[in-house]
Amino acid sequence: MKKIIRKHPLAIRWLHWINFPIMGLMVWSGLLIYWANGVYKLGWGDQTVLKFFPKNFYEALNVPFRLAEGMSIHFFFMWLFAINGFFYVAYLIFSRQWKYLLPEKRSWKEAWQVLLHDLRLRKTSPPQIKYNAAQRIAYTAVILMGIMMLLTGLAIYKPVQLNWLCKLLGGYAWARAEHFIFTILFCLFFLVHVLQVIFAGWNKFQAIITGFEVVKKNDLEESPPITIAETDKTTTE
Amino acid sequence: MKTTTISNSKFRRKSIVAFLVFLGCFVLAVFSLGKLKSAKPKDGTPAPLRAALETNESIFYGLFGNRLTQTYPASMAAKKVRVNGNIGMNKDFEPENWKLQVIRKPGDTLFISLEEIRSLPKTEIIFDFKCIEGWDQISHWGGVRFSDFIKKYGLDEQAAKQFTGFVTPDGGYYVGIDNKSIMHPQTLLCYELNDKPLPMNQGYPLRLIIPVKYGVKHIKRIGSVFFSNVRPPDYWHERGYDYYCGL
Repeated sequence: MKKIIRKHPLAIRWLHWINFPIMGLMVWSGLLIYWANGVYKLGWGDQTVLKFFPKNFYEALNVPFRLAEGMSIHFFFMWLFAINGFFYVAYLIFSRQWKYLLPEKRSWKEAWQVLLHDLRLRKTSPPQIKYNAAQRIAYTAVILMGIMMLLTGLAIYKPVQLNWLCKLLGGYAWARAEHFIFTILFCLFFLVHVLQVIFAGWNKFQAIITGFEVVKKNDLEESPPITIAETDKTTTE
Repeated sequence: MKTTTISNSKFRRKSIVAFLVFLGCFVLAVFSLGKLKSAKPKDGTPAPLRAALETNESIFYGLFGNRLTQTYPASMAAKKVRVNGNIGMNKDFEPENWKLQVIRKPGDTLFISLEEIRSLPKTEIIFDFKCIEGWDQISHWGGVRFSDFIKKYGLDEQAAKQFTGFVTPDGGYYVGIDNKSIMHPQTLLCYELNDKPLPMNQGYPLRLIIPVKYGVKHIKRIGSVFFSNVRPPDYWHERGYDYYCGL
């Protein structure tokens, strides 16, 4: 016999995995487009710390002279990205799954403890239900990033028809830079996400495919739900 | 989140089913992507992606309002205006022999000199010019509103057609523009840049300035204009770009 916990509803698993290739294609085609005017860099004055992107980065990935291809891919998959994202947010709201996802008041303090724990600087991590405090913050932030990608993208796609949006985002050139920054942030999120999945282990990874997680005995001991602590009290009385 | 207890065999079966579905979808995704990439190209782009571009066009053409492009004070206009293309502008062009050819119908061409065009009411615009490559620059242009030009030369019937086509004198560069965009009040037949005659490399004697489109549609050195209900050929469209390029 196996004790399992139903962790990820079917809809969330589908929407998560559909998003994965779409997002990959959006970032990739975005890079093909960005190359045509790859002007962003980190630095000050004439000093460049990091150029987005170095020539050999483009050449290694065979990016040069593919602007038309990039645009046609980008403007096809943008619809799928938007629709999938819409269903994800709608599902979170109607299934009340957002309760597990949105940061709570204590999440901000706890996220710090989670970080120290994950960096092996702290022995214990705060108790959690589905997601820990850092996950709540990261997964909520990535939804907001998705929304910002859509808005900044729309602003540079139709800067005349949606002039109000373009202005709101600081003008055409700024909207383009913001679109780029959110993409970089998204890639960083992806990197950390994958690393965390690797560290979290197989049981946690397979849950986003099967939907359930196996409950091991020592799991329960490690993070006792608050209700158990309360029943303990009543027994001692 | 609910905790339940299930038998080992049920657990194994559930896991296997989930992973098989996952793997199946993965294979399907890779297969569809391969199919998409290798699909027969239509105007330089795989047919399904071309179809998507055209769907986007019909959506956004339907939503196209006569919204004006944001304009700026002349002080913000660039003194050094970026030059990005010279296709269709070969060296043996003779400006003194130039006249704009307006093809009213096959075999009926109107020849209009620069002086005649300059005598029409002048409109100036200082707007943020946007290149399809991603850069933009505020620049200051002057010329005759295309819609004024149409009225002046009695071309309303022709201009009611769905598209207007432009070709350089050497035929090397050509664009096609939809009716709503060409009749937009900020679309100019332009002969001035920063209050001076257009420089050669900016398309002297006459170029198109059409702020509701990317720079690729702002054809330099216009040779002839024609009107059509089918899409006129478009240089970059043939090379895989979107035909519409509307902003």
